[in-house]
Amino acid sequence: MKRPVIGQSVVQAGLFLLLLLAVPAALPNEYYLSICILGSLNAVIAVGLNLLMGYAGQVSLGHAAFYGLGAYATAIATTRFGLPIPVGMAAGVTLAAAVAWIVAAPTLRLKGNYLAMATLGFGIIISIVFNEAVDLTGGPSGYVGIPRLALFGYTFESDRSYYTLMAVVLALVVLVALHLMKSRTGRALRALHVSEKAASSLGIDIAAHKRFVFVLSAALAGLAGVLYAHYLSFIAPASFGFSFSVQLVVMVVLGGMASVWGSVAGAFFLTALPEALREFEDIDILVYGAILVLTIMFLPDGLAGGLKRLGRKLRRVGVDHAG
Amino acid sequence: MPANTTPCAPLLDVSGATVRFGGIHALTEADFTIAKGSVTALIGPNGAGKTTMLNAITGMVPLAGGAITLDGTDIAGLPPQKRAAAGVVRTFQNLEVFTSMSVLENVMTGRHALTRYSITASLLRTPGFRRAERACRDAAMDCLEFVGLAEAADTPAGDLPYGKQRLLEMARALAAEPKLLLLDEPAAGLNSKETAQLGDLIRAVCDRRNVTVGLVEHDMELVMAVSDHITVLHFGRPLAAGTPDAIQANPDVIKAYLGEDD
Repeated sequence: MKRPVIGQSVVQAGLFLLLLLAVPAALPNEYYLSICILGSLNAVIAVGLNLLMGYAGQVSLGHAAFYGLGAYATAIATTRFGLPIPVGMAAGVTLAAAVAWIVAAPTLRLKGNYLAMATLGFGIIISIVFNEAVDLTGGPSGYVGIPRLALFGYTFESDRSYYTLMAVVLALVVLVALHLMKSRTGRALRALHVSEKAASSLGIDIAAHKRFVFVLSAALAGLAGVLYAHYLSFIAPASFGFSFSVQLVVMVVLGGMASVWGSVAGAFFLTALPEALREFEDIDILVYGAILVLTIMFLPDGLAGGLKRLGRKLRRVGVDHAG
Repeated sequence: MPANTTPCAPLLDVSGATVRFGGIHALTEADFTIAKGSVTALIGPNGAGKTTMLNAITGMVPLAGGAITLDGTDIAGLPPQKRAAAGVVRTFQNLEVFTSMSVLENVMTGRHALTRYSITASLLRTPGFRRAERACRDAAMDCLEFVGLAEAADTPAGDLPYGKQRLLEMARALAAEPKLLLLDEPAAGLNSKETAQLGDLIRAVCDRRNVTVGLVEHDMELVMAVSDHITVLHFGRPLAAGTPDAIQANPDVIKAYLGEDD
């Protein structure tokens, strides 16, 4: 069997990047661009969370905490300690990954609802730290004065340039996820999701794989947090609380478990949704809950699965008509 | 047909294995050996401790006492995944197929420990990664052909009928290139035709692929047809061991199976 030198995933991610880069031209004004930037940030987290939830089957209700750890770490490093931005960014991603590594050992022994409870508790604890460690984080009123992202002497001053950067980052994250899942690691994660017994009987180290994917998904959330902080230049604990953790889960479930593209779609959809539903501002968590319930009832495989089924149905209808 | 009954060096040697669940002794100082190159069956009435023995050998329940060696190396202290890497691979009585994956992916997962490349290599799709994945795929296809499932390679594993899922588990286990393949009631739920085919397949695993087989099975016809050696467990203790003929003639075994007269 001959295989092309450029893999299918590279082509898909490349086309996706082109699509993302074409979007600004179609937008009526700059405001929508900022929503696209937030959408890409959320998509980075959702793709990472899907590796953990959709593929490996481990629920996390505390992923907003890793997002926040990344954001606060780079904020504090670059302002208070005056460190260069790349160092702050590395610190943010590293902190999120390191905390995940520590939390993983006791947490990932738990299954199902217990794991959900443990990660929920973890998220709440971190959220309390963001609120109460006022000297360090600025407390509930937030942390101001974070420098706009500058790398290699170039400052991403305009939203347009920041969006281009996010498009590249997101396409790369998607590519990493696609490649990882089509490898022995991906097979091992999907295997332990279905049967830990069978997976370990085939030589797969369950604990090591769970920890790896947990740390990876936390690092991606941390990366998004870092990019969020240097985009908005202002962060507050409210962005990293339980409510956002729930939103992230809804993005993954709505998009489709174990579908990288589904997570991207879910993230963009749910980021844009509040704009369409401004009247519901105070009851947004109810709206997310409703979306979650409706998705589980009517689209068990999420948008990705629903589209696939629709495609199959249309093809069948087409065949019937042709025949 | 049982080929060689000459007991050479034991591949697996379980001695004095004790397993307790709370106050219940599931296994009591049980000995069980499997000769290299043989098909060795472990039989006994329900609750005799057969599956517990398999679980103890594969590291899924802890031993309260006793020793387990594979090819002379002590494996009793290893976690399940290390025992698999050492060469003990099993199938499950209640199927544990990875239903969300394709048939081929299931079998490729069986080669997890044999497919070696770094995560970085998989992200960069290096030539080494491509080579290893191709080798993994080829070896997995070979195992699927061996059990007769090559046609179904791209089918979602959960869509396979029951009997074929059993074959898939066997292919997946064979893909790991075990020294010892442990089959936990592989004929459960199969019809008589499928069972006969399974018997041929078990012999072929041993004779053609040179994999030693440990078989836990209730279907006596199958056990007698394929086994070189049989060990009988009764209430967690070994009751008898010998060739199929000797076991069939053993009065203790007959009594254990038919019940004692009071």
